[in-house]
Amino acid sequence: MMQIPCPFCGPRNESEFFYGGPVRPSRPDPAAVNDEDWTAWLTQVPNPLGPVQEHWWHARGCGTWLTIWRDTRTHDVVEAPDDAG
Amino acid sequence: MKQHYSALSLLRHGINRHTTWAPAWRSPPLKDHYDVIVIGAGGHGLATAYYLAKDHGLTNVAVLDRGWLGGGNIARNTITIRSNYMRDASIPFYVKSVALYEAMTRELNFNMMHSKRGMIDVIQNYPMMRDRRRRQHIMDIYGATYEQITEAEIRRRIPALTGGGPDARLPVVGGYVHTDAAINRHDAVAWGYARAIDAMGGEIHQQTPVTQLLRGPDGRIAGVETPRGVIRAPKVAVAVSGHTTTLTETVGLTLPLRTMNLTAFVSEPVKPLIDVIVNCPDAGFYLNQSDKGELVIGGAPDTGQSFRRDIKQTVFEDTVSAMLSLFPSFKKLKFLRQWGGHLDIAHDASPIQDETDVPGLFVTAGWWGGYKAIPAGGLTLAHLVATGRPHPLMEPFGINRFRHLDYVMETGTTTAR
Ligand SMILES: Cc1cc2nc3c(=O)[nH]c(=O)nc-3n(C[C@H](O)[C@H](O)[C@H](O)COP(=O)(O)OP(=O)(O)OC[C@H]3O[C@@H](n4cnc5c(N)ncnc54)[C@H](O)[C@@H]3O)c2cc1C
Ligand SMILES: [Zn+2]
Repeated sequence: MMQIPCPFCGPRNESEFFYGGPVRPSRPDPAAVNDEDWTAWLTQVPNPLGPVQEHWWHARGCGTWLTIWRDTRTHDVVEAPDDAG
Repeated sequence: MKQHYSALSLLRHGINRHTTWAPAWRSPPLKDHYDVIVIGAGGHGLATAYYLAKDHGLTNVAVLDRGWLGGGNIARNTITIRSNYMRDASIPFYVKSVALYEAMTRELNFNMMHSKRGMIDVIQNYPMMRDRRRRQHIMDIYGATYEQITEAEIRRRIPALTGGGPDARLPVVGGYVHTDAAINRHDAVAWGYARAIDAMGGEIHQQTPVTQLLRGPDGRIAGVETPRGVIRAPKVAVAVSGHTTTLTETVGLTLPLRTMNLTAFVSEPVKPLIDVIVNCPDAGFYLNQSDKGELVIGGAPDTGQSFRRDIKQTVFEDTVSAMLSLFPSFKKLKFLRQWGGHLDIAHDASPIQDETDVPGLFVTAGWWGGYKAIPAGGLTLAHLVATGRPHPLMEPFGINRFRHLDYVMETGTTTAR
């Protein structure tokens, strides 16, 4: 099973976590951006063939939210975006 | 020239010990220019090339695949063909696709082993019953068939379904039958189209991965780059299921798609046991029995984006335990194989078929349950590529719907939901 490193509990089984989706840029002020950028923010997420940064919630553990880089080709948790798993 | 297939031809070639069959399609030399390049020799790419030739007379067309013909998701799916969708925009499209599948054996002179066996949705809570009833009323408008049946009738038609009794945590409360639903042979779909495309003059090039889309100085699409050289064309259609964003990003295009891994597994062959497609959305799995006797079983996709084509142990265990809650006798079954396929799904779970912001570059993507959509998806994309206008059945599914927040939120996309 995939192991996710929790900063408090160490590596724990994926089944202890809830998935929180890929990390997106922070929400722009809709009034300050044009329609195209606004709808792009609403509907698009990074979809890399390689490491993606994502949120996970250690719900069946200590309850913290954390982010990891996970390689979408292998499901390996990697250190950084350019770290091929 | 295309050899006609029939009982007589089988006999004739059989007498010659099957040494006289012509190859079903040629392997012509790769040219450096075509009128249209279709990327991806899966169901959607092949169907598109077929309709480009058949409906629009466009035969200077090359279908390129990085692997072999029909080796992508068309070979990895659980072949459920159905039209029980939820939205007014979706249902007519799928009704058309189901009808095209029914006519395909004759049209392509290739045995699709089409089996219109129907699908039963086994429902285990009342809100879901109401949801299905709403779906029934919408489907009625478009001529797709969806009928409510009782729990007793479900158990009569699926004797192996012995779980979900009154003491279960989720007792079976009733169900719906979708009589239009069918399964067929996925290889035959790919091969039948390939043979028909070849006979009309189109070309299929396997082992030809596209590494980069190329734009001309005017910003239009100019062709594609492959390890076999640059191939030019004024029109390029991307039908690569799962890898759409990987390719469109090479020309700086982003799309509201994410790639996910969906998995399935099969049991050892057993005697005929189940003659319908069984879908259990509340338990979270679906199954059918193949002609060979294997049970073909699928469940939920992996959590998070994935380009991995393998099943996760957690998904496998969850699906098996869901299945055993309704089919406890399957505990004795042994499993033979498991696999996955990566598919892209759009922000609103509906397909995207459109010309992109790069003129001449077309995409057909977001085909989550897109096997059933192959014939109609090819028909509509060929129409768009040839005429420059969307086919009426696909009009609601353009890219601009995201810019106008005019989503087609489709809960009918996944069977297990
Ligand atoms: C486990 C599973 C179960 C499913 N069950 C069902 C079901 O019951 N009913 C249903 O309707 N749908 C189902 N689907 C979905 C269905 O399989 C897909 O929606 C459909 O096959 C996608 O269209 P396609 O056939 O064109 O894709 P594919 O067969 O994947 O074709 C895409 C082709 O593009 C090629 N390609 C990719 N990148 C490149 C490149 N850079 N250059 C050249 N070629 C490239 C690939 O090699 C591939 O051959 C299921 C999918 C899976 C994985
Ligand atoms: Zn923790």
